[in-house]
Amino acid sequence: MSSVQIRDVRKSFGNFEVLHGVSIPIEDGEFVVLVGPSGCGKSTLLRMLAGLENITSGTISIGDRVVNNVQPKERDIAMVFQNYALYPHMTVADNMGFSLKLRGAKPEEISTGVKRAAEILALTPLLDRYPRQLSGGQRQRVAMGRAIVRDPQVFLFDEPLSNLDAKLRVAMRTEIKELHQRLRTTTVYVTHDQIEAMTMADKIVVMHDGIVEQMGSPLELYDTPANQFVAGFIGSPAMNFLRGAVKVNGAAYFEGPNGVKLPLKSAPANSDGKPAVYGVRPEHFTIADDGAEAEIVVVEPTGSETQVFAKLGGEQVVAVFRERHLFNPGDKVRLKPDPALVHLFDDSTGKRLNS
Amino acid sequence: MSTVQTSMPAQAAAAGEPSFWSRLSGNRNWAAFWFMLPTAAFLILFLAYPLGLGVWMSFTDERIGRAGAFVGIENYQWLWDDSIFWLSVFNTLLYTLIASAIKFAIGLYLALLLNRHMPFKAVIRSIVLIPFIVPTVLSAIAFWWIYDSQFSIISWSLIKLGVIHSNINFLGDSTWARASVIFANVWRGVPFVAITLLAGLQTVSPSLYEAATLDGATNWQRFRFITYPLLTPIIAVVMTFSVLFTFTDFQLIWALTRGGPVNATHLMATLSYQRGIISGRLGEGAAIATAMIPFLVAAIAISWFGMQRRKWQQGSNND
Repeated sequence: MSSVQIRDVRKSFGNFEVLHGVSIPIEDGEFVVLVGPSGCGKSTLLRMLAGLENITSGTISIGDRVVNNVQPKERDIAMVFQNYALYPHMTVADNMGFSLKLRGAKPEEISTGVKRAAEILALTPLLDRYPRQLSGGQRQRVAMGRAIVRDPQVFLFDEPLSNLDAKLRVAMRTEIKELHQRLRTTTVYVTHDQIEAMTMADKIVVMHDGIVEQMGSPLELYDTPANQFVAGFIGSPAMNFLRGAVKVNGAAYFEGPNGVKLPLKSAPANSDGKPAVYGVRPEHFTIADDGAEAEIVVVEPTGSETQVFAKLGGEQVVAVFRERHLFNPGDKVRLKPDPALVHLFDDSTGKRLNS
Repeated sequence: MSTVQTSMPAQAAAAGEPSFWSRLSGNRNWAAFWFMLPTAAFLILFLAYPLGLGVWMSFTDERIGRAGAFVGIENYQWLWDDSIFWLSVFNTLLYTLIASAIKFAIGLYLALLLNRHMPFKAVIRSIVLIPFIVPTVLSAIAFWWIYDSQFSIISWSLIKLGVIHSNINFLGDSTWARASVIFANVWRGVPFVAITLLAGLQTVSPSLYEAATLDGATNWQRFRFITYPLLTPIIAVVMTFSVLFTFTDFQLIWALTRGGPVNATHLMATLSYQRGIISGRLGEGAAIATAMIPFLVAAIAISWFGMQRRKWQQGSNND
């Protein structure tokens, strides 16, 4: 186990720069999730960490050692690939023991290592099978087993759950998190799924277009997104954004589209009349008499909650209620955002305005 | 799917026993037979019948222009005591083994080379195919000039370089002649092996190599433990074909040496042609050709066992 330091790392393919100076400190034993839309450079960064891509500039160190010019096999990392990359012609046991075999370990040593990892992942009955005889989830576990056997300094996961069906994905998510709690190995996990990021990470790094948008614990990112991109990316259903302007006319409020008046706890300094984006999460709406009038478009009950799509000042917003309301399309309701939980973003830069 | 079958008894009950023809034309199993019939007819007419006729001919004393009488295994008895026949068997085995081994080695090397990223990849890959596209006789004539006892460009170059002092008699000396025809065969056969193996290499997922790299494999270990095992099924197929083609080679030898000098390059195919067609003893020629069959069957059997579905391959039952 060791810490990982990524300092001002850049990556270019020819003249095209895909990473524009990324710095991420990763503590010993931390579970870090790199999350972002496809093309944001998160997988490239992971592959640079693994040594599968060159580093154009900047440094990556594992422990105290700068690994820019260290061969992948000497970096003491293990990686789980999106397609698992299991060797089809080897049994589960051979797949898991391959790295030990290459290191010249004795047969007894290999079988002990494989057995230990197989027990951790409940793979013992499958050791003699070939990859094609396994289900998706089992293959996923073998891929993790191959990583565990090596007892590496750092685990790397490259979208490991995206080939699984929804139910299995949730189960494996828990399993990976549990595994990390048990082994406490530093882990870097790449995904495009913000739910995976929220549920698993000690620290989330949100990336977008080759830069880090924000870094922090899941709830930090959820509660105080640094900019509009992070606000929209984290959370499901996504945060509602309404464009308008801040008004300080005695009490502060926000004038939304078509003059809709929305509450603000306080206005940032010198912001009267400033154009801004008002962000409110779907679960932070309540039905109140002093709310803004909205017309219901679609109601989607999920059992545990009800998602309501409505027109607020002409803009479509989504609200989520835990209690069961019997709404019908066309009904008028009064939606009130919780002023303590709303977010304000700069209209042009997207930066967060309120604290 | 079962509508045809379930409706049949009802019809039969109504209209009495259906005619034999209507059962043949309506039954699903027979339908498969009808679909296979054109292909089967074609294969029987142009493959099975000539083969059978050839085998039958080998038991007769048929000559060109004269129908033969059944003579049992007399032709084979003759061949058994014929040292030239045994020389041709030896030549054929030597030719096949050496040429196939070299073709495999060079073909695999080329395939690995072409599988890398390099500029003008597509162009180079097409260039590699050229020896395969040129008609055999055309390339044989080119080689004939290259190996000519007086005008050989190889001899000329070596003399100019001062390596040798007189022309090499490529096709006149038995050792040189064997080496020369093997070289020409290798030159023609390498592209087939290389391109087919390249196709096989491209089916190996790059992430397997990445995983192996992270597992600590060197270049050689990646080849030994990943590439080679994953390539074995295609190696078995391509080498079977290569061996079959080489074993039955006729054109190249006939154009270059006609089996000479002193039968040193006579293969079974060329000897069969010489005895059967040129000398007109069809029965004996057919016997030589038939004698090739056990060798070919053996080659196919070896590769069949070699190719038998490996446990890890897709598609068979779990076991």
